[in-house]
Amino acid sequence: MNLESMYQEIILDHYRRPTHAGLREPFEAQVHHINPTCGDEVTLRVHLEGADGGTADERTDAGSVVVADVSYEAQGCSISQASTSVMADLVVGERLDTALRLHGEFVELMQSRGKLERDHESMEESLGDAVAFTGVAQYPARVKCALLGWMALKDAAAAALEHHGTPARVGNEETV
Amino acid sequence: MSSRTQAAGLGAVELPLDVASIRADFPILRRTVRGGEPLVYLDTGATSQKPRAVLDAEREFYEQHNAAVHRGAHQLAEEATDAYEAARGAVARFVGAQFDEIVFTKNATEAINLVAYAMSNAATAGEAAQRFVVGPGRRIVVTEMEHHANLVPWQQLAQRTGAELAWLPLTDDGRLDLTDLDRVVDERTAVVAFVHQSNILGTVNPVDVIAARAAAVGALTVLDACQSVPHQPVHLPSLGVDFATFSGHKMLGPTGIGVLWGRPHLLATMPPFLSGGSMIENVTMAATTFAPPPQRFEAGSPPVAQAVGLHAAVEYLERLGMPSVAAHEEVLTAATLVGLQEIPGVRIIGPADTVERGGAVSFIVDGIHPHDVGQVLDDRGIAVRVGHHCAWPVCRRYGVPATTRASFGVYNDLADVDALVAGVRAAQSFFGVAS
Repeated sequence: MNLESMYQEIILDHYRRPTHAGLREPFEAQVHHINPTCGDEVTLRVHLEGADGGTADERTDAGSVVVADVSYEAQGCSISQASTSVMADLVVGERLDTALRLHGEFVELMQSRGKLERDHESMEESLGDAVAFTGVAQYPARVKCALLGWMALKDAAAAALEHHGTPARVGNEETV
Repeated sequence: MSSRTQAAGLGAVELPLDVASIRADFPILRRTVRGGEPLVYLDTGATSQKPRAVLDAEREFYEQHNAAVHRGAHQLAEEATDAYEAARGAVARFVGAQFDEIVFTKNATEAINLVAYAMSNAATAGEAAQRFVVGPGRRIVVTEMEHHANLVPWQQLAQRTGAELAWLPLTDDGRLDLTDLDRVVDERTAVVAFVHQSNILGTVNPVDVIAARAAAVGALTVLDACQSVPHQPVHLPSLGVDFATFSGHKMLGPTGIGVLWGRPHLLATMPPFLSGGSMIENVTMAATTFAPPPQRFEAGSPPVAQAVGLHAAVEYLERLGMPSVAAHEEVLTAATLVGLQEIPGVRIIGPADTVERGGAVSFIVDGIHPHDVGQVLDDRGIAVRVGHHCAWPVCRRYGVPATTRASFGVYNDLADVDALVAGVRAAQSFFGVAS
């Protein structure tokens, strides 16, 4: 019986009661990601603020902005729904560079087929509830489900940084 | 045997095929999955399993007769060519066609693309190919229940040529809505491409009605027969269509081989899709003339071992008898429809009875995403397909993100249906949605 290893209680809880769900304002970028093999979809928005609490307007690097909000509307299986909810829980309030590091660690975990060198404890320290998806990594067909929201986050964050950065640069050029 | 003849709601039923002896021919059905569960294979709509006769035929070809076909004069070249062409003959006989009307392709998708690209090539292929020309002011008609393989190539043809794409819609109960057939298939229509039996809904379409309308306006017809030829007796020339396609791997044969059937007078004037070796008549540095069909449409090294395997698959099905295959799968389909619909919260997407429908049964379990249903079934050794089944517009039409689909083959019996029904109930219980 492997079902319980995939569908940990934490996952089922997030599936039934997703956190940060719904689309909210303000936001700097919105992306729409689809898993073409199964039709799961997520529309995800990111709102960034300056790390010191001010607006993020002229900050263009991930270390100087904070993920102030992640909001989303998603349709899909329990794994994709729960993973997006856990992701939002983890990254909201974190500096963007931290959020992107977590993204990298989660992708690594998901692509490990359950054979990661790193020990569970240190993984849990950074990834928190997201380590519950370790069991999913053993099912290659479901890895994309777990990654759907995280990939949307990465894309949206890049677009949001661009949104902040580009106008600032354009503004400078215009004043020259 | 009694446990194998009891199915939910049906009581004792005689199955037309002797499943125990058939299963003995399929080595893969003896293996276990996911930590010791016996395999319950309900995904034949995606690909069928292969009997040992097919595997043996391929091995024997490679061990005894392998050579390049249609070239060379040594003994092996003769034997390989004979084996390849004998396969063509067997496939032709299987669907009631003539030898020269059968073109081997890589798969059914390539067979459909072959016709679609031949139609775009027709504009520059001279007077003889005029019959195939499409462009602005012409119409390409498909249906809303097509597999992507019989939709995307036609969308692309419309885009390349400036023709307009139109489609026949669906009714709420999973059938083609032909109310506006005469308006959709109008005088401008160049080609009507449609599916014989839907891979997601199971619906069997009234080919004669659509073919008659297409003929009345002078349109070509292309039939996707991928889910019909493997599961029921099909006599292609009597269907009234101009072209039909199907694939080897869904009919107990190997992957890597598909079939295009076409009416001889059309194949004779249709320009080629792929060009190169084997499809030529005469070549100079400046120009080439083409071989007659079917060689004109078989550029490059053909799938010889696959054709030999398909030959064995066709003979295997002929031994069982296609009327018996169809009757067998109808019993399984009926049992599945009854068993699933007895479960509160389970909905069939497609016709709810066996009238004009085949053995692909899609369903929704309220409150559980199809992926999660599939995962619970997989945990019990039951292989089904989950997702949009390469027919995304069908899911959109019925307002569902995806479905779970069980589909049958000659090696399935009522115990498999029972396992499916029990598995769906287990999924409801696992996710806490049991009523």
